[in-house]
Amino acid sequence: MIRSRLFGNIAVYLLLTVGAITMLVPFLWMALTSIKQPGEVFAAGGGIKWLPDHFLWRDTIVHGEKIRAWWGNYPDAWNEISFLRLYLSSFFVAIVGTFGQVLTSSLAAYAFARLRFPGRDKLFFAYLATMMIPGSVTMIPVFVIMRKLHWIDTYQALIIPGLFSAYGTFMLRQFFMGLPSELEDAAKIDGSGHVGIWMRVTLPLSKPALATLTTFTFMGFWGSYMWPLVVTITEPLRTLPIGLRYFVGQHATNYTQLMAGSMIALIPVLLLFIFNQRYFVEGIKLSGMGGK
Amino acid sequence: MKTKTSKKAISARRRETMAAYGFLTPNLIGFLAFTSIPVIISLVMSFMHWNIFRAPTFVGADNFRSLLWFHREHGRLAPNDPFFWQYVGNTVFLMIGIPIGMAGSLITALMMNRKLRGIVIYRTIYFLPAVCSGVAMLILWKYLYNSDIGLINTTLRSIGIANPPDWLGTTFWAKPALILMGLWGGLGGYNTILYLAALQGVPSSYYEAAEIDGAGPWQKFWAVTWPMISPTTFFILIMSIIGGFQTGFMTANVMTGGGPAGSTTTIEYYLYQTAFEKFNMGYASAVAWFLFAVILVLTLATWKLGGRVVTYD
Repeated sequence: MIRSRLFGNIAVYLLLTVGAITMLVPFLWMALTSIKQPGEVFAAGGGIKWLPDHFLWRDTIVHGEKIRAWWGNYPDAWNEISFLRLYLSSFFVAIVGTFGQVLTSSLAAYAFARLRFPGRDKLFFAYLATMMIPGSVTMIPVFVIMRKLHWIDTYQALIIPGLFSAYGTFMLRQFFMGLPSELEDAAKIDGSGHVGIWMRVTLPLSKPALATLTTFTFMGFWGSYMWPLVVTITEPLRTLPIGLRYFVGQHATNYTQLMAGSMIALIPVLLLFIFNQRYFVEGIKLSGMGGK
Repeated sequence: MKTKTSKKAISARRRETMAAYGFLTPNLIGFLAFTSIPVIISLVMSFMHWNIFRAPTFVGADNFRSLLWFHREHGRLAPNDPFFWQYVGNTVFLMIGIPIGMAGSLITALMMNRKLRGIVIYRTIYFLPAVCSGVAMLILWKYLYNSDIGLINTTLRSIGIANPPDWLGTTFWAKPALILMGLWGGLGGYNTILYLAALQGVPSSYYEAAEIDGAGPWQKFWAVTWPMISPTTFFILIMSIIGGFQTGFMTANVMTGGGPAGSTTTIEYYLYQTAFEKFNMGYASAVAWFLFAVILVLTLATWKLGGRVVTYD
C-alpha cells in the first residue's frame, strides 16, 4: 500500500513537471528572444536557437561588427510605443473605474440587502436578468450614445459605462445578506443613519468581498480590449492592450523588439501575481463561482 | 396613542424608502443608461438599416431575413448570408476545446489535490498563463506559431519534420492551433481552481467508506469523486459554452485577422466587423440578438436540466 502510494506520487510529480515545463517554455522563449540581436532569432537551417550568441553589458564592436548589449531591445521598445503613457492611461482608467464600480455596487447592494422599499424584489430580479444579456447587445447602442454625447476619444467613454455592474451589485448583496445584523442594530440604537451604518459597519465587515470585487474589476478594466478599441481613436488615450496591438501592426517582423515589448507589458502583472498568488485562488472561491 | 405610533411607523417607512432610492440612484442611472435603455435601442436598431452616417430607415425583419433565412439557388436552398453560417460553424468548432480542456483541468486538479511537498509552486506555474492572458500573450503565441522562426516549427524541424504546417496560415490548421493555445492557457486556470475547491469539499468519510467496501482508486473516482463534483462540472460546462459563443474577437483581431479565408472569424468578430468596420449598425444588432437568443435558450435549458443531471449532496 505504502509502496504503491510512493510510486503514485512519483508519477504525479513527473506528470506535473512535464506540464510545468510546457507552461514555462513559451515564456522562456519570449524572454530569450527579447535579449537576442535582431539577426539571430533562429539558427541557420531553421532549427531552434535558445541562447543568444552574445551576452554583453554594453554595446561593443566585435570583429568590426556592432553587437548590442543584451538589454538593448528594452529601451527601444519602451520608447517606440511610449509605454509610460500607456501605463499611466491604463492605470488611470482602471483605478477610477474600479473605485467607481465598487462604490456604486456597494451602495446599491446595501439597499437591496438591508432596506425595505416598494418594488425591491422586482428591481433586483431585473438586475439579475440583465446579467444574461451578452455584452455585444448593449455595446453598439452604448457606442451610439457615446457618439451622440461627443464622448468618443475621451476618458469618460472609457470609464463611465463601466461604473455600473449588475454582477458586482449581486455579489455584494449576497455577502451583505450573510452579515450578522446585530452590529447594525447596535449602530441604529446609537443613532446612526443608513449612510453611517453602510460606511462604519457594513463596509468594514465586508473587506474580503470588497477586495475580491476590486481585484476582478481591476483586472477587467486592465485587460479590457474591445471597448477601448471601439471608443479611442487617437494615441494619447490608448490603454496598454490597444497600444501593444498597434505595436504589432507596425513592427510585425521586428521579433526581438516585439518580445521585449510584450515582456514589458507582462512583467508588472507577473510580479503582482507572484506576490498575491494565494489571494487570487482564495478570491475565486469567495466570489461564489463554485457552481454550488 | 395608537394613531400616533402608526403615523410614526409610516414616516419611518417613507424615510427608509427615500434612503433606499438615495443608495440606489448612482447604480440605477448606470443600469438605465448602459443596460436597459441600450437593450431597447438595440432591439429597435435590429429592425433598421443604419450606417451611422445617414438617417436610419425602418426595414421590418429584413436584417433577420438576410441573416438567418435561406433562398433557392439553382434548385437548392442556399443561406442568404453564407458567411454568417460559416462563422457560426467556426464558433462551434472552436468549442471542441471545451471538453478537452475540462478533462485536462480535472486531471490537473486531481494531481494538485494530493498532499505533496512543493505543490504550491506547481499551482503558481500552472496558473501563470491564465493570469497573463491578454494581448501580450496572443503576440507571444502568434510568434510561437510563426512558420519560419516560431518555437513550434523550429522544434518540429529539429526532430526531423522537414515541412511543418504553417499553423495560422492555412485553413486546415488555424482552428486546431487556436484550440491548442486555449488548452495551454486553461490547463491551470480558473476551471482548475474551481475543481480544486470542489475536490476539497468532498468529505473524506465518503472515501473511507468506499475503501472499506474494497474500492480501488478508479472505482473511488467514479463512485465518489465524479458524482460529488458534478455540480462544478455542470457549471463549468455551461459557463464555457455561453462564453464560447461570445469569444474570438481578441484572438482574431491580434493574431489572425479572422483568416485565412474567414476560418478563424467567430460570431463576435463578425459582429465587430459589421458594426465598426462596415458601420452597418442595424445588421450588427441583429447578429447580437441572435447571440442573445442562443444564450437565453442555453440558460433556460440549464435551469430545467440542472436538477436532473447533477447530484447535489
